[in-house]
Amino acid sequence: MPLSDFQPVIGLEVHAQQLTNTKIFCGCSTEFGAAPNHNTCPVCLGLPGVLPVLNARVVEFAIRTGLALGCTIKKTSVWSRKNYFYPDLPKGYQITQFDQPICEWGQLSIDTPEGEKVIRVRRIHMEEDAGKSVHDASASESLVDLNRAGVPLLEIVSEPDLRSADEAVDYLKALRDVLVYLGVNDGNMEEGSFRCDANVSVMRKGATAYGQRVELKNINSFRFVKQAIEYEISRQVDLIESGGKVDQETRLYDPNKGVTRSMRSKEEAHDYRYFPEPDLPPLHVTDAQIDEVAKSLPELPRAKMSRFTSQYGLPAYDARILCAERPLADYFEAVAQHFKDYKRLSNWFLGELLRLLKDEGGSVTTLRFSTVQFANLLAAVEKGSISANAGKDVFGEMFRTGKDPEAIIAEKGLSQVSDTGAIEAVVDEVLAKNAGEVEKYRAGKKQIYGFFVGQVMKAMRGKGNPALVNGLLKKKLGE
Amino acid sequence: MQLTDLTLLELAAKLASRETSSVEATQACLARIAQVDGKVKAFLRLDEHGALAAAEASDARRKDGNPLGPLDGVPVAVKDIFLTEGVETTCASRILEGFVPPYDATSVRLLKEAGLPILGKLNQDEFAMGSSNESSAFGPCHNPWDLTRTPGGSSGGSAAALAAREVFGTLGTDTGGSIRQPAALTNTVGLKPTYGRVSRYGVISYASSLDAPGPMARTVGDVAALLQVLARHDPLDSTSAPADVPDYLADLEHGVAGLRLGVPREYFVEGMDPEVEASVRAALKEYERLGATLVDLSLPHTKYALAAYYLIAPAEASSNLARYDGVRYGHRARDTKGLKDMYGLTRDQGFGPEVKRRIMLGTYALSAGYYDAYYLRAQKVRTLIREDFAKAFTQVDAVVTPTSPVPAFKLGEKVNDPLSMYLMDVCTLPCNLAGLPGLSLPCGFTKAGLPIGLQLMGRPFDEAKLLRIARAFEREHDYVRRQAPI
Repeated sequence: MPLSDFQPVIGLEVHAQQLTNTKIFCGCSTEFGAAPNHNTCPVCLGLPGVLPVLNARVVEFAIRTGLALGCTIKKTSVWSRKNYFYPDLPKGYQITQFDQPICEWGQLSIDTPEGEKVIRVRRIHMEEDAGKSVHDASASESLVDLNRAGVPLLEIVSEPDLRSADEAVDYLKALRDVLVYLGVNDGNMEEGSFRCDANVSVMRKGATAYGQRVELKNINSFRFVKQAIEYEISRQVDLIESGGKVDQETRLYDPNKGVTRSMRSKEEAHDYRYFPEPDLPPLHVTDAQIDEVAKSLPELPRAKMSRFTSQYGLPAYDARILCAERPLADYFEAVAQHFKDYKRLSNWFLGELLRLLKDEGGSVTTLRFSTVQFANLLAAVEKGSISANAGKDVFGEMFRTGKDPEAIIAEKGLSQVSDTGAIEAVVDEVLAKNAGEVEKYRAGKKQIYGFFVGQVMKAMRGKGNPALVNGLLKKKLGE
Repeated sequence: MQLTDLTLLELAAKLASRETSSVEATQACLARIAQVDGKVKAFLRLDEHGALAAAEASDARRKDGNPLGPLDGVPVAVKDIFLTEGVETTCASRILEGFVPPYDATSVRLLKEAGLPILGKLNQDEFAMGSSNESSAFGPCHNPWDLTRTPGGSSGGSAAALAAREVFGTLGTDTGGSIRQPAALTNTVGLKPTYGRVSRYGVISYASSLDAPGPMARTVGDVAALLQVLARHDPLDSTSAPADVPDYLADLEHGVAGLRLGVPREYFVEGMDPEVEASVRAALKEYERLGATLVDLSLPHTKYALAAYYLIAPAEASSNLARYDGVRYGHRARDTKGLKDMYGLTRDQGFGPEVKRRIMLGTYALSAGYYDAYYLRAQKVRTLIREDFAKAFTQVDAVVTPTSPVPAFKLGEKVNDPLSMYLMDVCTLPCNLAGLPGLSLPCGFTKAGLPIGLQLMGRPFDEAKLLRIARAFEREHDYVRRQAPI
């Protein structure tokens, strides 16, 4: 039986590092890239006698995320200890939320070939990150860097509603967009501030019971998520097809070999001995607190996209790109205040603006020119006072110097000639000079039309209004 | 009379009137320690230098007319479970040998800020696990009333140092009776404050939900004065209470007329020493004579307290002690093969038998499949015990019981019988499970001359009333004036 006789079932657990300035239980900085063990204090080092004090911002971010994903925010949630030994876990336990997390039962929509699909979010909880072991600095010993210990994380757990690697990647991307929009996470998979574990199982199509699931740990790019899940699906199908059985285990994805391999089996599974953290009272949040956060929630990517298609009449493709990042969408709306041909505006965004940002760096928040200047340039192109090509040059110059578009046009002498008389004189001159070609054209060699346009434009040094040039040429050539 | 025979408040008065100086008092303590501590072994470590420097600074302030507080210049000492910046802190365990903390426990900081020189670190049971001070990795402490006997535990050193008149006040911690039981066994006064009243920050955790740091001294007034320094909301401890702090000395002499004292039948347990029971009964009569009303009470879930305690405390301890793994500080086993081996050997070499026993008990109680049957059930029992007390306190102002069912026992007598050792806490630990304040004060002596303690338990944050009730009894008797024969 082929792969297509099987139905994959996938659930994701995402760990997102919160964008707070300080750690979850102490005042140490969360800045990335500091010298090893620089951002530490007795509390995050787990020295004897220290106690955790909760960072209020972490709770605010959790509520924010929960509300954005339509979760119920629990008025009372409980901190627990997850006990295990590891050199980079300074206290010998991780403070996390276990059976009573702060957010439960929300959802996130993705687009599939069959249409919109709702993925249920089972829970969101807060926890502290561990440190980092460095194994290659010395031949004889491993070193420990605890800068990351105590950095606040959100763990967002989906229900096993995903049915393919592509859906899993789409869900991850959608989730990342939401978190970045909320200002809760920087979405950086490479630095590990957004990472995921995947639970993957397969069942025969039509079956009602899920197959045995395997957990894939710590996958750190969208590409690897897809590869790891696809590999795991085919591994499990092959195993079942050859009469074998999938074991419950934890596996790691090896991106170099493109395979998953066993990390630990069910028999070696940890017993974390969870129990309520006695150093922290249960967390109570009030309606007022939740309302406060709700009021400050921004419009989320999906809602914004659909508004962009309806309000500005943009195609979904354009709306998706414009709304992928909040500052870009905000900037689009700011320019749209001054320039009402929204599709043309979108073309400039998707074409020129994003290209320049990509090639020359910078972001929409640090552009040198104003929204009004941007709109003025587009108006000039629309009116035909400069050509579209000249407009692009002017835009490049504005991007680099911040100069006024009118000034650049004047400086470079890019104004388009729209004086019908002047154009007619040039057209007449060109046709007179090339009587032979005119003959051929009239005899049916229509493909040389471009030659006339080229000659006129050349004579006018590129500034002839193309519409007028075309109109006059066609008239004179007898069409 | 020697300077060290004074009570803490008497010394404070002499310092205030400049009859003596802090340096003199500190030197007197150091001399007394040099004289007797070889036999008592109350101190694990002296900080002679630090204490004298603090004393000099105190005298200088006094000279300038700027003392930091009413106890400025009074030398004290702290149990080795309190972190002291720059002074080795081991919690009486090999696993922390050589550990010099980079910060002070909040209580230590408050003592320093109030101008009290700290003489050194006091002996205790390892990680506060024990009731006889015999589980200290550095050898037992001896009871100054009879050097062949235990001073109790785990704050044995804190109690013995007072009884031996080596120091004027000490800090202890009480997880299941570790302040009150040694106080009872050494004729001193010990107060376990309401959970959350005194910060746990910088106190090495044994069982976080039960641990309560508190003052010990030779009189009720001395304990009240120390509590005044220590009772403070601490933003570094999330379980610290933001409650108002009253003036603990203000009502001290107001007596007990009109107060209602509960006598719970469940505390007069089988196996209780008859001399202890007789002393406690006599004390109750005394309270009646002083105008209090005795109320017969039942705290029906008392019989489950010991079992619940010995599940909850080890469970929390098994987690709290995981950080002693040899990776970052303290002892690390040498020549190990890989990480697991390093963990295993480090902890095997570093922890004593009682600590290992409790770590294993706790690990078992929390493990998957047993959590509901043990830990969770114990927490439910804890709630019932708390409710018993809450109900009792609708009828009475305080509950009066024996502190320890027996007077000081011989060193070595129970050390190989952990269960009988655990029974030493039977009267004190319900108070910890309920988070209430509890106090032990001297109430008599056995014919053999061993001290007997009376326990008072009160409503949450009602320490002032406990102190007042204790003082009413103390005023009528000379027990606190009796000196240990050393």
